[in-house]
Amino acid sequence: MFNTQLDAIVPMLCVTLAALASMGAEALRRPGERTPIGALGLIGLIFGGAAAVLLWDRNAEGFGVIAADNFGLFVTITLAIIGVLTIMFSSQVLERDGLPAGEYYALLLFSIVGMIMMATATDLLVIFIALEILSLAVYVLTAIRRDNVAGTEAAFKYFLLGAFSSAFFLYGIAFTYGVTGSTRLAAVGSFLSAQSMSNNPMILLALGLLLVGFAFKISAVPFHMWTPDAYEGAPAIVTGFMSTGVKAAAFAAFVRVFLSAFEPFKDEWAPVVALIAILTMVLGTVVGVAQSNLKRMLAYSSIAHGGYLLVGLVAANQVGKAAILFYLLAYSVTNLAAFGVIALVGTRDKANDSLRDYAGLWHRRPALAALMTVCLLSLGGLPPTAGFIGKWYIFSAAVSAGYYSLAVIGMLTSVISVFFYLRVVVMMYMADGEGEAVQVRVTGIGMAALAVSIAAIFYLGVLPTKVLDLAASSISTIF
Amino acid sequence: MLTLSWALPLAGALLLLLIGNADGRRDGLVRWLALAVSLVSFGVTLALWAGFNPATADFQFVERVAWIPAFGIDYYLGIDGISLLLVVLTGFLTPIALLSSWESVDKKVKEFSIFVLALEAAMIGVFVSLDLFLFYVFWDAMLIPMYFLIGIWGYDQRIYAAIKFMLYTMAGSVLMLVAILGLAYLHSEATGSYSFDLLKLYTLDIAPNTQRWFFLAFAVAFAIKVPLFPFHTWLPDAHVQAPTAGSIILAGVLLKMGTYGLVRFAFPLFPMAAAEFAPWIALLAVIGIIYGALVAMVQPDMKKLVAYSSVSHLGFVVLGICAMNVQGVQGAVYQMLAHGISTGGLFLMVGMLSDRRHTRLISEFGGLKNVMPRLTAAFLIITLASIGMPALNGFIGEFLTMLGAFLWDPRYVVAAGLGVILSAVYMLWMFQRVYLGSVTHEENETLQDLQPREWASVVPLCAVAIVMGVFPTIFLKPMEPAVQRLVAQVQSVQPLRVRNDTPNAAIKVQTVVDSSQQRRQIEP
Repeated sequence: MFNTQLDAIVPMLCVTLAALASMGAEALRRPGERTPIGALGLIGLIFGGAAAVLLWDRNAEGFGVIAADNFGLFVTITLAIIGVLTIMFSSQVLERDGLPAGEYYALLLFSIVGMIMMATATDLLVIFIALEILSLAVYVLTAIRRDNVAGTEAAFKYFLLGAFSSAFFLYGIAFTYGVTGSTRLAAVGSFLSAQSMSNNPMILLALGLLLVGFAFKISAVPFHMWTPDAYEGAPAIVTGFMSTGVKAAAFAAFVRVFLSAFEPFKDEWAPVVALIAILTMVLGTVVGVAQSNLKRMLAYSSIAHGGYLLVGLVAANQVGKAAILFYLLAYSVTNLAAFGVIALVGTRDKANDSLRDYAGLWHRRPALAALMTVCLLSLGGLPPTAGFIGKWYIFSAAVSAGYYSLAVIGMLTSVISVFFYLRVVVMMYMADGEGEAVQVRVTGIGMAALAVSIAAIFYLGVLPTKVLDLAASSISTIF
Repeated sequence: MLTLSWALPLAGALLLLLIGNADGRRDGLVRWLALAVSLVSFGVTLALWAGFNPATADFQFVERVAWIPAFGIDYYLGIDGISLLLVVLTGFLTPIALLSSWESVDKKVKEFSIFVLALEAAMIGVFVSLDLFLFYVFWDAMLIPMYFLIGIWGYDQRIYAAIKFMLYTMAGSVLMLVAILGLAYLHSEATGSYSFDLLKLYTLDIAPNTQRWFFLAFAVAFAIKVPLFPFHTWLPDAHVQAPTAGSIILAGVLLKMGTYGLVRFAFPLFPMAAAEFAPWIALLAVIGIIYGALVAMVQPDMKKLVAYSSVSHLGFVVLGICAMNVQGVQGAVYQMLAHGISTGGLFLMVGMLSDRRHTRLISEFGGLKNVMPRLTAAFLIITLASIGMPALNGFIGEFLTMLGAFLWDPRYVVAAGLGVILSAVYMLWMFQRVYLGSVTHEENETLQDLQPREWASVVPLCAVAIVMGVFPTIFLKPMEPAVQRLVAQVQSVQPLRVRNDTPNAAIKVQTVVDSSQQRRQIEP
């Protein structure tokens, strides 16, 4: 590159260009003409992902506020994968539901730009800007079906509570700046470790406010209220994207802020986060049991998965940080594929997302049912799938940090979660639903996305060594 | 070789996946192919036995490849005499299970066969793993095919039973996973690197209090699987609702994983805690023996009766393990094999009756010997085997476990002996009501006797039951060094466990058993 400062933001630039190109393509499109706008997005994401691969181990810094270290790049690559899969699943959904492709892809890509920025930012203010970029785009995506009341309501709730949490976050930044005189994470960290400030109420307040802000975004209990409604109301594929991309980006920033800048205060925040983790795991699974809508059920499941990720954060050791990265990748691929199936099973007039709609799916679409089963088993953490290795990694971090109780609670809640994942399997395989047959039509590209996801789930579950090593080496370069 | 033993059934399952059989037109091909794969797998397990050196206690056929090096996880396989016989048992029962469903499973035959073969792969994997992580992967992966077998091809309450089975077993095993992680962490504290290598973890010096927790985590996981009273409540549901093939495999092999786990993992890994808890576990085992027998006695449903009899019989196995002397453990392993054969056989034949009459209620039958003399004969052999009649397989196992328990603490044996008597009561009473007398229901007068296909599954079971009863040394010999090593290993840490037990006693006992049938076995 001409300017080394630019290296670090090349992945973001690629995706931004793709987003702009999709807007342009939509603007130049003649009415009624169909242009392959999704392909532009795919190209941008693949280039962005490739750039992240090339930047590996280079520790490029951009303008002092963006760090393309391996940690950020690992998340960037995860986000690129999420984006690619989302676009592949979306193509059929957009066509079927008659959604505006240009706007949809542009918003999707812009939100991914925000996510990548959030994962690589090393300045609290830039993290905030990234958060806003991604949030605004996702709010609109939630309501992309304008004529859908549930979607509009979901977007409104999501927007109100999201704005609220942004305010918390910003307030936290302000207090941090007030105490330390900087918003750069490195400067904040060195200031806090140099001074003994554990009794300073201002910094504790800042810590608490930032924690609330992040907890909203990762939908940790008790800040999860928006999640089930937003996830249920949004189109299935958007829900899949929200529940993986937003979570991955928010977790990346969460880990970076709390384990670099606020590392000196670990003794203060670790018990709180541990408590939140327990509440999140327990509530996510216990309430998930009672759901009869598949999207809502998976919303609670994704809350619970946030709890497992928090366990890795509490462990806060090398294993824990790497485990978060691995888990994010494993969870994202799995969850996205599950929502992909839901999206493909839906029709224009009917979302087909209640449990009953899946009755006897096996008899009609055996392959789709089998793929969904693999996703659900992976979410439940059964071997030989990615979800099992992810859980094992997270809980081995907890055990090696001495948090046996967290590991035990996490394990037991994952058994409860298996119960509701199995309810879906029961519906698909063991219930007779051939009377009210939902006709499912899946295009090649949707099936290809599913096949890729399933291959990834088994690859991560059977031969995880390579990715585990990558995750571990992403950690050793920074904190 | 060991890789082949578990990968072959899995490869067979994947092969079946490729056969297009949406309309059920290729059911026949699928059935024969699955049977062929399972028979070849059985051949592989027999080849393992043939190549096994019975003189050494070391693990044999060892295969080791680094899998996840950062955590010291290896793809590490090996068998000793104990696991060898269980692998052979698995190989033996799978073709029988497939044969048992030849006609009774008529929908989704392809998927059924895939799940049975996948289950076999996972079960063999459990027995041959020497890496705790790998063991856990197989242990949990096994639940998935079993869940589908019960849930799709089971009887009326199948969904409830399938979910109950899955959740019970998982609840226990996730706690075990935490303990496994804890062990690996302790290893890294002691030596600087993680390891899930069982043999390395055996040598780990673990503080008594940690041992207690870890032992409990392992023991609960295995106790649920066995199932030990009061963790047994999933078993009657799963057994009764499962299709015949599922019941055969469940009773024949899956339950043994619990007792195998106690022998292989819980006791030798945490000998001090094991010594502490053994009297309590033995107490539960004895309660299970009597409780299972009493409940079995009043069951109107044959399948449920056999299911509760499993609770009772597995109690003997656990009792023998708790005694932790050579006789007790040898008897326990022998009883595992014997129970696999006889209970597998009982489920098989109850399944045959149920296929013909679509009921399993004892009161619906009566006087069957008049219409089905061959089935009656086979059923009688297996019934007698199950109640521990000398010269049949059940006797050796029960005798050895009770002898082992006697050397440890005679009080248990008094109670367990009562269980033996009760088992004769409920089994013979069932036999009497179902087979003897005159035909009480008109529908039963036209029942067909054994078909050639059924002969093929019944005869091997009866033959093995007799061979195991008459020539026990064939089976005792390969496991003996492994059992001696295990007992020495556990006792060396906690010598208080030994009452009046010497290695000589083992040889003495064996000759006593042998002498009744096999004079030439007596050696100085």
